[in-house]
Amino acid sequence: MTRHFVASQMRTVDQVGVEERAARLSSRSIKKGAKVQGLRLAVAMMDLTSLEGRDTAGRIQSLCRKAMVPLPGSDVPHVAAVCVYPPLVSVAKRALGRSGVHVAAVATYFPSGQAQLSERLDEVRRTVAAGADEIDMVINRNAFLAGDHAQVFDEIAACKEACGKAHLKVILETGELVTYDNVRRASLIAIEAGADFIKTSTGKVTPAATLPVTLVMLETIRDHYIRTGKMVGMKPAGGIRTAKDALRYLIMVKETLGDAWLSPDWFRFGASTLLNDVLLQLEKERTGRYQSDRYLSLP
Amino acid sequence: MAKAPERITVRKTYKLFIGGAFPRSESGRYTVARDDKGAPVANVCRASRKDLRDAVVAARKAQEGWAKRTAFNRGQILYRMAEMLESRSAVFEAALTAATGLSAKAAEGEVGAAVDRLVWYAGWADKFPQFMGTTNPVASAHFNFTFPEATGVVVAFASEGSALLGLVSAIAPVIVSGNSVVVVVSGPAPTVAMELAEVLATSDLPGGVVNILTGLRDELAPHAARHMDVDGILCVGADDATRKLIGVEAAESVKRVHFEDDGDLSHWHDEARQSPYLIVPFVELKTAWHPMGM
Repeated sequence: MTRHFVASQMRTVDQVGVEERAARLSSRSIKKGAKVQGLRLAVAMMDLTSLEGRDTAGRIQSLCRKAMVPLPGSDVPHVAAVCVYPPLVSVAKRALGRSGVHVAAVATYFPSGQAQLSERLDEVRRTVAAGADEIDMVINRNAFLAGDHAQVFDEIAACKEACGKAHLKVILETGELVTYDNVRRASLIAIEAGADFIKTSTGKVTPAATLPVTLVMLETIRDHYIRTGKMVGMKPAGGIRTAKDALRYLIMVKETLGDAWLSPDWFRFGASTLLNDVLLQLEKERTGRYQSDRYLSLP
Repeated sequence: MAKAPERITVRKTYKLFIGGAFPRSESGRYTVARDDKGAPVANVCRASRKDLRDAVVAARKAQEGWAKRTAFNRGQILYRMAEMLESRSAVFEAALTAATGLSAKAAEGEVGAAVDRLVWYAGWADKFPQFMGTTNPVASAHFNFTFPEATGVVVAFASEGSALLGLVSAIAPVIVSGNSVVVVVSGPAPTVAMELAEVLATSDLPGGVVNILTGLRDELAPHAARHMDVDGILCVGADDATRKLIGVEAAESVKRVHFEDDGDLSHWHDEARQSPYLIVPFVELKTAWHPMGM
């Protein structure tokens, strides 16, 4: 059923057009009040991420403190979520308490996803049981690239079911999908299978999030919304390190999907070092002094 | 046989020197450098505060690695700068004559003195720590010693009286201890400074240790003094108002601030303009207590 739908309805992506449009949108400049507003929004939309082998409970606790109060002594809002590996969900949950910051966890044998479906679903259930509010899953790239789109669809649908009340973000890992057509096809499959968010990358593969890839995904969300009236969220992740980059993404969201998507409920940044750069720029706007990251805590 | 067409001279574009590369000013602005008679010499970039910001980023990135090099290696590289300057002395003599109206003899003297000054500071690279460090008598079972470490990123406003010797005299004592520097050149011969940048770029000096901006001192000084990622300001020949402004703004991040008098070429030829005590303003003296006899 899925295979039939995708094959018949999907138009191919105009590669040159997408890249030109992304380049044009990123040449805009935002100053002063609008810049501050955009940067604060970027903080509120951030999934502050730490996905390292060396993550310890202590590191995650300090990450959580930073997530709740990004810049002590200021009115910068808290971030949207903290994104960690499943074994650290309970630590993050305890540290965040009722702050309103969500706990997101990467499940389904992130980042490769190379495990039996039953094992992946089991990990999702365990992670949700441990208290995760949001699950970031990876799609089965080897099935997708082999052309078995129905299997990809079924697995995402099974994960969605395993998530229960937790939100599901589906990572396409666009760096491995090679073409924009594939990105659009994978986006469609994920959306149709019940994803709450579609997400570009794990951050473990280069290229990670890029503006043209994000544009293709945003346009897929838009087309789906026009067809069905159902909103789906978007999360670019990996390689977004500067405040300037973040503003470019926000411009693209506003131009493609409109103001309704300019909210942490519908758009997120997956990032670890981006937060400090945004804080530096906010402080620069507040004080008129170029700032130094020596005065900020580690990401 | 047809006569060969007259050749059109290829003129150099003077750009900035940031992180080992030669970018144009992001602002697209320029000023016209003029010789002593008012005739235009070249268009040079007029650096903006964003160029300053970029240069500080490059300097910060380069500083740690530069300070970690052995003192001997830093000395070697300063010496290499002298070598490269010497081999291009004719270019500098011509540039000085064209830009400032110096006589050929005076220009030759200035280039020679600049080379010698680099060699002189190169020699201090592995000697000033012994000269400034101390062992301190303490009333406990400790070996107590004090040693100098680089301060970090320094912004230097170079001499407006001597285009080459004054500039070298601002750079060498700052970087020899392991600082990186962003030099703002606002004097009458900015083309000479950018010729020096070409020397630095070929001297094994890691990109970003020395960055050179041509621009207006009054425009850039407040931004440099306010910048939280700058650790020190060297200002040669500032008037009272500039000194006060730099002092007040620099206090926010507790920068080291050092002022020096400017003067004409003879001022810079003076032996007093090279001294290990000119290295001192941009080092931190750190003291360690090492247990012994226990």
